[in-house]
Amino acid sequence: MEGDVVQMGAYIGAGLACTGMGGAAVGVGHVVGNYLSGALRNPSAAGGQIATMFIGIAFSEALGIFSFLVALLLMFAV
Amino acid sequence: MAAESKAAEGAELVFHPMDQFIVKPLFGDGTVNFFTITNVTLWMALTVLAIAGLMVIGTSRRATVPGRMQSIAELAYGFIRKMVEDVAGKDAVPYFPYIMTLFMFIVFSNFLGLLPAAFTTTSHIAVTAVMAVAVFVSVTVIGFVKNGTGFLGLFWIGAAPLPLRPILALIEVISYFVRPVSHSIRLAGNMMAGHAVIKVFAAFAPMVLISLGIGVVVTPLSILAITAIYALETLVAFIQAYVFTILTCVYLKDALHPHH
Amino acid sequence: MATDTTSGAHQAVSACLNEYGGAIGMPQLCGEWFGNQIFWLVVTLLAIFIILSKIALPRIAGVLADRQGAISNDLARAEDLRAEAVEVEKKYEKALSDARAEAQTIIAETKSEIKSQIDDEMASADAEIAVKAAESEKAISEIKAGAIDSVIEVAGDVARDLISAMGAQADRNQVETAVANRMKGRIK
Repeated sequence: MEGDVVQMGAYIGAGLACTGMGGAAVGVGHVVGNYLSGALRNPSAAGGQIATMFIGIAFSEALGIFSFLVALLLMFAV
Repeated sequence: MAAESKAAEGAELVFHPMDQFIVKPLFGDGTVNFFTITNVTLWMALTVLAIAGLMVIGTSRRATVPGRMQSIAELAYGFIRKMVEDVAGKDAVPYFPYIMTLFMFIVFSNFLGLLPAAFTTTSHIAVTAVMAVAVFVSVTVIGFVKNGTGFLGLFWIGAAPLPLRPILALIEVISYFVRPVSHSIRLAGNMMAGHAVIKVFAAFAPMVLISLGIGVVVTPLSILAITAIYALETLVAFIQAYVFTILTCVYLKDALHPHH
Repeated sequence: MATDTTSGAHQAVSACLNEYGGAIGMPQLCGEWFGNQIFWLVVTLLAIFIILSKIALPRIAGVLADRQGAISNDLARAEDLRAEAVEVEKKYEKALSDARAEAQTIIAETKSEIKSQIDDEMASADAEIAVKAAESEKAISEIKAGAIDSVIEVAGDVARDLISAMGAQADRNQVETAVANRMKGRIK
């Protein structure tokens, strides 16, 4: 393996950054799960909140994408 | 990447997950200038053609009882129109064509990008950032034109206790200016991530050619994984277009009705 | 990594590509491609916007409005037809009730006619029967009277024979009177 310490550090950092995606996964699961439990309690109000749920998913997922981006930047751009 | 230098040697797994995002000229090998016709041009043109095919040719019969294409066009129209009216309010209807343009472009780019050997224009930050900044600037301008300085009430939350308001205002201002960043990176990141992951799995697929013993296990698994990720990406392609559009509507609502 | 390319004497067409045409770093961050992408994006968005706002959206809005109009027209026509149907039904009900009433009157008339006829017949039959009964009664009473006379006569004869058998001379008138006295009150 050729390479240097900086490259090694970058790859390790990229791997560590990927753990952030787990947080996003937990967040998305939380949003959808809570939506579902609320929807099962009150199905008549569920339809109107789908858009809100997707906005929540988008926000929490964006953070996972940020960590993915950090990983990519470490791998390819540093 | 280190692997790139070995690309020509054959008999090795070749990882080029990012090569699919390279912008290259369609004709000749010259440098990419401002007006060069590149694969970006090709796939954006295909997007325009597909949208024209669906929305113009598909509806050319103007049938009262719609056919398949016309149904889809009407569905898209009704979907975005309802979203604009529900999320941004009735007074946002004049901006409906702009939002429809964004939605149609993103959704068709995402889906065309899923074709094998396609180039995904929305996976580039340059593209999504232009759209996000355009949304950000126009929403801010609309907010100030419609509400004057009252638009700043968006940052000054009257419902909060007075000592807390400056802090909240700071947070609100920061989150307001982060909007275009997250707005653009969300879309580009999602598209890039999915395509890169598919590519990584695709790089594992020819394992059977290198080592039969490992390949028997790895090759079917990676093909299965490609299929699964592809299905997920089909979902993501639509959801990200939806999310981009609905966030645009949310921002527009903030501009039109800054008082919560 | 970016260091891979700068060393060789290869002819890279772009600072973002290595000698094999592979990407160096993330193609998304290659600044020299931004202008091209942004230019074509703006062109594309303008084209889509013009297509949508000039042709597609008004057309779809028109189609939807037409459909809405057609649906409300059809609904109005259906409403008219329904009213017509209700009208017809009312007429039918009226005709039916009229017919029922007529039938009722006809039945009543027929009934009374039959009743009077029956009454007449009954009356005449009763009269006839009464006449017949009177005749029969008269005949019966005649027969009865005849029978009593013959009984008295026979009784007188028998009494006279009995008396003569006992050797006495019976006076005809006496015997008859005695028999008549005896019979009085027994035969009506």
